[in-house]
Amino acid sequence: MKTNDIILQTVTKITVFIIILFSIHLFFAGHYYPGGGFVGGLMTSGAIVLLLLAFDMKTVANVLPIDYKHLIGIGLFFAIGTGLGGLIFDAPFLTHAFTDVNLPLLGETSLHTAVLFDTGVFLVVIGVTMTIIQTIGEDE
Amino acid sequence: MNNLIILPILIPLISGVFLIFFSKNIRIQRWVSALSSLVTMILAVMLVHQVKSEGIQTMNVSNWEAPFGITLVSDMLSALLVLTTSIIGLTCIIYSFRSIGEDRERFYYYPVVFFLIVGVNGAFTTGDIFNLFVFFEVMLMSSYVLIVHGGTKIQLRESIKYILVNVISSALFVITVGFLYSVVGTLNMAHISQRINEVDESGILTVISILFLIVFGLKGAIFPLYFWLPGSYYAPPAAITALFGALLTKVGVYSIMRTHTLFFSHDTGYTQQILSVLAVMTIIFGVIGAIAYWDFNKIIIYNIIVAVGIILFGLSTMTPTALAGSIFYLIHDMIIKAALFFLAGIVITITGTSNLRGFSGLIKPYPGVGWTFFLAALALAGIPPLSGFAGKLLIVQGGFEGGQFWGAGIVLMSSLLVLFSVMKIFIHGFWGSADTFKGDDKVPVRALMIAPIVLVALSVLYGIGTEFVMPYIIEAAETLSDPSIYIEAVLKE
Repeated sequence: MKTNDIILQTVTKITVFIIILFSIHLFFAGHYYPGGGFVGGLMTSGAIVLLLLAFDMKTVANVLPIDYKHLIGIGLFFAIGTGLGGLIFDAPFLTHAFTDVNLPLLGETSLHTAVLFDTGVFLVVIGVTMTIIQTIGEDE
Repeated sequence: MNNLIILPILIPLISGVFLIFFSKNIRIQRWVSALSSLVTMILAVMLVHQVKSEGIQTMNVSNWEAPFGITLVSDMLSALLVLTTSIIGLTCIIYSFRSIGEDRERFYYYPVVFFLIVGVNGAFTTGDIFNLFVFFEVMLMSSYVLIVHGGTKIQLRESIKYILVNVISSALFVITVGFLYSVVGTLNMAHISQRINEVDESGILTVISILFLIVFGLKGAIFPLYFWLPGSYYAPPAAITALFGALLTKVGVYSIMRTHTLFFSHDTGYTQQILSVLAVMTIIFGVIGAIAYWDFNKIIIYNIIVAVGIILFGLSTMTPTALAGSIFYLIHDMIIKAALFFLAGIVITITGTSNLRGFSGLIKPYPGVGWTFFLAALALAGIPPLSGFAGKLLIVQGGFEGGQFWGAGIVLMSSLLVLFSVMKIFIHGFWGSADTFKGDDKVPVRALMIAPIVLVALSVLYGIGTEFVMPYIIEAAETLSDPSIYIEAVLKE
């Protein structure tokens, strides 16, 4: 018997975007409010897991053609690269820098290299979570 | 600022991450891993040189002043151990090329080895107790992967035990750090040491020191807590066992050395006595295991436990002579255990078994393997020109100076039984008629022999060049016996 899960799939299509927006909000809020790379990454992978529940693995792999193991590596490079920046400017490893920039749309914004480090955390968390879920899911 | 300290941690980390992207390309994996471990070794040599010429090196990560940020501290002891780790990492990678098999190599073997080296180097270098915990976990996670890597039945069984024991000891580590933090209110090791001398609560601090002894004793396999080690180290292939046997338990030993010299110097009577009794029991039980088994790997595994006991006995006497001896013996033991496990792996490749009753007469078709093993065995037991001698001599001398005649006597007796256990391997495995091991066709072992020959040569040089290395060892021991040098270097007051 073929089940018809049109309600689940339709709701998923809408909800996924809300979840991803919320996770991005959490990620950028991290410096001043609760949130940050870890919880943001977990929530993004939560959105992808919802897609996996509503559709099958192949469809999701087609929509998001990402090798999650490489995502871990890219995330780690972000984090290490941020640290190496300190070495170039003759400061200790992981020394961060920040500045206030007047961006055209957003106005007065403080840019901080810690965000790059957080991006690394974000990517690694997504990579690890999805690798775990995918390998268990594909296991026969 | 001085970033040389962090490079032996950073280079393996970067190459490990880099190799994630090329997991299917064995050629890149091999070249990159060999090159980067060579670079790490050269940087470690430079670090030792710098510590020798300029004193203890510290680095405040993120440019936060000492007690508030994470500080990396490289005194002579940690610099020497980082150097030894890098040498063993390099030889292990070279040995893996021919022994580990392409299936394992394709499945992230080299990245995980690098992450293990990151953890070990980090644990030796850090100056922050919680950061030590994090590096312990980096090291342990990699060792979980390595112990199960390949997925044979015995590996699956032993990895469950290994992970269970280490998860429990890690939880205990966190709890202990929590206790310590609630008493002293800081995590920086130098600052903790300073505060411990100021607060007058020696009761709870003694409890914490015993808790640390239990935690690090579980990692480093001391007497009642070594039960997990013989089975776990028996399961993985030789290259991985060599890494484990040379590095993992020694990180536990290093941590005991560090915490007991730096933190807990207020009630030494009690803690040192417990440490000394446990060390002697560790030696006795290790020796019993070493002479009881008829299995190449098992004998060497129990010799790890003996060595841990000997090093801790040297620490427990707290005389400067014995401390120098412990450091000397620690480095010797890392090198020689790796060499012995490599040789055990070669013998298993040739004969297909590690049971000593299953083969004999290897010396005729494989004289190189035989004589290298003979030298390594003599070095392990501590025969004078070789590297095991000076360390044990100093430990025994320190034991007599400290009035611990029984302990020192047991250290001496243990050498005899250790010699007996390895000579049993030599006599039953290498002498005798050559027709008892399976197959007459010679297995090519020349490429595999590079790693053990390098290590045994190093150990011989280490033994002959004792005069040359001694200034370094003495300097390391000075920092251990006088924590104020360490505190001043970190807090700069």
